[in-house]
Amino acid sequence: MTTTDAPASVSDRPAPAKPLLEVSGVTMRFGGLTAVNDVSLTVGEGEIIGLIGPNGAGKTTFFNCLTGLYVPTEGRVSYRGTVLPPKPHLVTQAGIARTFQNIRLFANMTVLENVLVGRHSRTKEGIFSAILRGPGYHRAEAESRARAMDLLQFTGLADKAEHLARNLPYGEQRKLEIARALASEPGLLLLDEPTAGMNPQETRAAEELVFAIRDKGVSILVIEHDMRFIFNLCDRTAVLVQGQKIVEGDRETVQSDERVITAYLGAPLEGTAPAATETDQ
Amino acid sequence: MTTTSTTETTPVVPLPARAAALLTGLGAVATAASALMSWTWTDEFPGDLTYYGSPAGLQWLALTAGLLTLAVLLATQGVPGLRWIAPARSNNAVLLAAAGAFAVSWFSVIAISVDLGGLANLEPGGWVAALGSLLALAGTLGLPLDRRTHVPLRILDRRLFLLVPAAPIAWFATHAIPEDKPVAPVLTALAGALVIATGAVLLLQLGHLANSGLRLGTVERPLPAARELPSWVEVLLIVAAFAVGLFAITFGIDTEYGELFIAYLLLAAAVISALGKAGLLARLRALTVKHRPVTTGAAFAAAAGFPFTQTSDQYTSVAANILIFATVALGLNIVVGLAGLLDLGYVAFLGVGAYAAALVSGSPASPIHVQFPFWAAMLTGAVVSMIFGVLIGAPTLRLRGDYLAIVTLGFGEIFRITMLNLNGTTGPKITNGSNGIPRIPDLQILGFDLGKPHTVLGVELGRFSNYYLLMLLVTALVVLVFARVGNSRIGRAWVAIREDETAAEAMGINGFRLKLLAFALGACLAGLAGTVQAHVSYTVTPDQYTFAEALPPNSAFLLAAVILGGMGTISGPLAGATLLFLVPKKLEFLSNYQLLAFGIALIVLMRVRPEGLIPNRRRQLEFHEAAIPTQLTGDTVALTKAGA
Repeated sequence: MTTTDAPASVSDRPAPAKPLLEVSGVTMRFGGLTAVNDVSLTVGEGEIIGLIGPNGAGKTTFFNCLTGLYVPTEGRVSYRGTVLPPKPHLVTQAGIARTFQNIRLFANMTVLENVLVGRHSRTKEGIFSAILRGPGYHRAEAESRARAMDLLQFTGLADKAEHLARNLPYGEQRKLEIARALASEPGLLLLDEPTAGMNPQETRAAEELVFAIRDKGVSILVIEHDMRFIFNLCDRTAVLVQGQKIVEGDRETVQSDERVITAYLGAPLEGTAPAATETDQ
Repeated sequence: MTTTSTTETTPVVPLPARAAALLTGLGAVATAASALMSWTWTDEFPGDLTYYGSPAGLQWLALTAGLLTLAVLLATQGVPGLRWIAPARSNNAVLLAAAGAFAVSWFSVIAISVDLGGLANLEPGGWVAALGSLLALAGTLGLPLDRRTHVPLRILDRRLFLLVPAAPIAWFATHAIPEDKPVAPVLTALAGALVIATGAVLLLQLGHLANSGLRLGTVERPLPAARELPSWVEVLLIVAAFAVGLFAITFGIDTEYGELFIAYLLLAAAVISALGKAGLLARLRALTVKHRPVTTGAAFAAAAGFPFTQTSDQYTSVAANILIFATVALGLNIVVGLAGLLDLGYVAFLGVGAYAAALVSGSPASPIHVQFPFWAAMLTGAVVSMIFGVLIGAPTLRLRGDYLAIVTLGFGEIFRITMLNLNGTTGPKITNGSNGIPRIPDLQILGFDLGKPHTVLGVELGRFSNYYLLMLLVTALVVLVFARVGNSRIGRAWVAIREDETAAEAMGINGFRLKLLAFALGACLAGLAGTVQAHVSYTVTPDQYTFAEALPPNSAFLLAAVILGGMGTISGPLAGATLLFLVPKKLEFLSNYQLLAFGIALIVLMRVRPEGLIPNRRRQLEFHEAAIPTQLTGDTVALTKAGA
């Protein structure tokens, strides 16, 4: 593990007041394969929680269980005290937004349109309203645009509002995905590897962005492989290995846990000298 | 990599620029002047091209092409007062115009020679047209053209050239076999296919040769700022442009024989591409964007003006049917272009609307002996069609991908067969089976009998003119719905679903509900058009609503109109439908080869312009990635390409 110079700004936050997201005993089986096995997790109001684990540990599957893309075989996911319906659009309606591991923007829509689509669940104008174009329609549309532009300002994409999403550089596509997710005014934002493929400067900028989002009052659950990123950001981190949560806690707890080290680096052989495998994940 | 090759402005043939311009000008003048001469000695060739001083048919086209070439040439040469024609100052525009003149003249001359049997049938006018247009085209090659510096010569797979000797052998071999042998027709068909394939290979290779020889390209020149004009002049210019458009389309619809229509299409393609290259169309587009309401108004006024240009009902019936076809295509564009749902049985919804309207029309053949007023019949057709849309959509739209295409294809056929079977013997007597519901009475709207001629502004408008104008109102409604819904929360959600359904649902979009909404709205609009269609055609029969046949409207043609015209746009399907309706109608003289010619034309169009005739801004970017840099900074492009 190459996590040495994390600032001390993380672990001194007070314990969460009330749970926002409660996941209890979620299990997801595909035929004989158990991708997620009895995972429980709580995200409190205003918290940033990390979710790490080796490739294939079931992190994204777990995300999909939370967002209604999969219906968990067992277990319960509740948000603000109510059980979430297993339909993606209803989950978003309830207040959970997400980004995707492999960017899934609406490539042939403009940047602004992408964010406007994110506003879908918070607006109501139906087909007759669109055809008749009364004053209510114009007001709602103007407000949506203003909000979308605010979010583009917030993520630093305002000057590219009229570009096609597909023509943005990679880092900005990630930002746009976040802006689009924020447009649905979520209470909890799920980020699936937000810094994958980014260089260190971009990763630093992404950290800033995540903190800024938290300061807006949005809790965050983030999957990442970049340990420095995770430990800089997160109040608590859960480690998923082969579908099971093996440990959850602050930085020290996770870093010192034998099972985590084993999962990432493999078990040391008896009698051999400690190998100099300082690989970063 | 030479794909991002640089461009230069050089002549293809090294001639002094003055001489080349002079040559082009002389050729253009000769082409135009030839229209005033006799082209052939007999009036057996359609259009009667035998008069001196009185152009007819094809000669008008040659005259137009010659004058256009001359005008564009003078404009690019910077003649004061004409410069507005070619603000982009590209000599390629002259080349395209001259190519149009060449195509029209040579097509005419060849058609005359072939039809009448020999070059001897050409009078001096024909020779002047042919030579003049050739001179003009040759002259343009000496003008400094926008070219790419290097275009590698592409050679087709060498094995394909084996066809060249094989085709004639096969052809003669089939002639050697006695015709009464049962295999003879099969062999003839095979040999025919071989000959066509050989022709295609040779043409393609010729195209590659010409491409690497001419190396025509586009040099990006910023268009000089347009002169500030008073607002009312700009409005007048838009109106004038639409008046010209109305005249051109009227000419196309009114063409009386196939040769004229083909030459018209050639000229239209050349004029549009030449004016596009010249930058005039960009200027016009800027004006229309600036005055959008005026543009919409002018477009509908021009469309409404069509019946007033006609003296008989012969072509207004064609125009009314074009409008029905185009409106249904626009409805399909909601389903296919916006929501991305492939509907292969869309014509059935037109049929549902038509049958519903026919049943309540008071036709003596209808088992329901009621006569709804027109607004109620329209509502009935639209609602019944929408109900069918929901019934078909509800079980299938939960699935993704191609299932919908199969189900809609099936529905289209089931509809037709059901209508055939509700004939009293194989089912309850509702639709009279293959006889259909005949004698649908004409509409009475507020005491106005659409079946009778009326005189408006001194012009007598016949039955089809009335229906044409009524249909235009329906078209306007569909355009309004498309434009407003397409650019709204609902329309954005549809496009989002088309782009990525999973991501759309993660954004809070109820995919199933919105897809069903698109499907129902599309069905409803088609049903609306169907109610008018039932009255226009007097009779509804099941075989009007098939999946594919030689004449529109049918599901395959509707889809072709949308894709050919441009998915997701309004003017695209309208233009595509007009073309797809006129081409088979005017090329009836090709009889057996009509579908073949049509298929080849479609393939060529899709190869040359995959984004459609009038592309959506998004689609254009999608298909012509290389054209993107103009709007982006350099590093963005580099990253986009690196990521691809």
